[in-house]
Amino acid sequence: MSDHTPAPGAGPERSTTVPLPERRARRRGPGPGPRVPGLLALGPLLLLTVWFVGSATGLIEERTLSAPWTVARTAADLISAGTLQEHLLASAGRALLGLGVGVTTGLALALVAGLSRIGEGLVDGPMQINRAVPNLALLPLLILWFGIGEEMKVITIALAVVVPIYVHTHNALSAIDQRYVELAETLGTGRATFIGRVVLPGALPGFLLGLRFAVTAAWLSLVVVEQVNSTNGLGYMMTLAGSYGQTDVIVVGLVVYAVLGLLLDGLVRLVQRRALTWRRTLEG
Amino acid sequence: MASHTGRLTLAPPTEGAPLTTEAPAVRVRGLTRGFDGRAVLRGVDLDIARGEFVALLGRSGSGKSTLLRAVAGLDHGVAGAGDVDTPESVSMVFQDSRLLPWQRVLANVTLVLPGPGARERGRAALTEVGLEGRERAWPHELSGGELQRAALARSLVREPRLLLADEPFGALDALTRTRMQDLLLRLTERHRPAVLLVTHSVDEAIVLADRVVVLSEGVVAADLRVDLAAPREVAAPGFAALRARLLSLLGVDREERATGE
Repeated sequence: MSDHTPAPGAGPERSTTVPLPERRARRRGPGPGPRVPGLLALGPLLLLTVWFVGSATGLIEERTLSAPWTVARTAADLISAGTLQEHLLASAGRALLGLGVGVTTGLALALVAGLSRIGEGLVDGPMQINRAVPNLALLPLLILWFGIGEEMKVITIALAVVVPIYVHTHNALSAIDQRYVELAETLGTGRATFIGRVVLPGALPGFLLGLRFAVTAAWLSLVVVEQVNSTNGLGYMMTLAGSYGQTDVIVVGLVVYAVLGLLLDGLVRLVQRRALTWRRTLEG
Repeated sequence: MASHTGRLTLAPPTEGAPLTTEAPAVRVRGLTRGFDGRAVLRGVDLDIARGEFVALLGRSGSGKSTLLRAVAGLDHGVAGAGDVDTPESVSMVFQDSRLLPWQRVLANVTLVLPGPGARERGRAALTEVGLEGRERAWPHELSGGELQRAALARSLVREPRLLLADEPFGALDALTRTRMQDLLLRLTERHRPAVLLVTHSVDEAIVLADRVVVLSEGVVAADLRVDLAAPREVAAPGFAALRARLLSLLGVDREERATGE
């Protein structure tokens, strides 16, 4: 079973009191080895240290990047003035609306394409084209069509979200094991039962994977559309700060983006874990 | 696909009733099937009486799985001709359990049961196969034998008139296989479906079946009634002789000959 301690002649009847020869150092397997707790924080901590030390010694100029303590003070100021919350709310609203519209549309299109051949013929081609075109390249056209208001922003985000949802859900639908389809046939399940208990749960892992990509895509589009033309939102706050050279405000915005992105991703992963308890994966 | 032969009684057919006067549960006539121009079944006729247990033996490529899939109606798009009459309610057990991994065991068993009372019937079926208390387990938490028990429960909870089984115990270890054979025998004696069991094990066929059909090169090469008293153990009189005969029909007759006759 295990390849270390190859004690010669070690049978099942070997007495346990016999002192075993001293084990040689455990040979490492081809994998990266066991996880060491806290080790994942190593890279981020190193970056923070460089930032602190660089700012303290003056190696990093204030013009290039504000010192961590300046950023902290600015963040406190922005929060007490209520500006940060206002921009955050505006951004979160846009992201969630775009995400909601995009997820619903992507899921509906994936089901249409996955459950009927005609639907696949209608939907799959345009979706593959949409996928091939970098989403943000559509921005000039979308501005012409929908103006520079909220509509354009939500639609841009939704378009970015539709792609990963559609691709991963459709993929999962077409990858559903033929054996389960056969089983459903021998059991004589109706179409509703078949879809509800075989098709949809079978495609759920793919959908949730798509959702994780979708969250990232929504976030990315949000930054860009808020820099195009806005009067509120985190992207607006950062663009404005850029024109005044306020690196501290820009860093505050970046940190908020990062924290929110991580939170959303964590949320989706939580949903994933709850919804996929039936799966035994390497993650455990 | 299914023929309605006017079965109004819910009671199982009584033992010793002249089965020949009733319409058979399964009636296959002149069945041919082929893949890519290669004939796999070349005119198979097969009747299975109600409540009768038939084992289908054959070497690899003899067409036994093709025949089973044709009876199950799972061979869409396969070229061929012939008539297959089966009852309305047919269940199939596969070599793999085919439990839906995203449904708990009980939900798998009650997959197509209608509304009220489904859970109770599912529970009873699980108890019958010795899986009481595992209702809320996920399929990946069960052992190979337990998975097949659950698959049997799912098949029989619908009270099918015909149970089709495609080497259901082929992937199990020898000890588990013996226990599962006993279970299948008990269950079929209680529920009395007609059974068509595809197996590659001569012993399994003799232990379980009322009749053994040997398929060879796409035709029925032999159709033998198994008249051995229960329990049919390998040491029982007549067992070895029947086994030797079946093995020679299958073209395996080296050492078995010596022990058989």
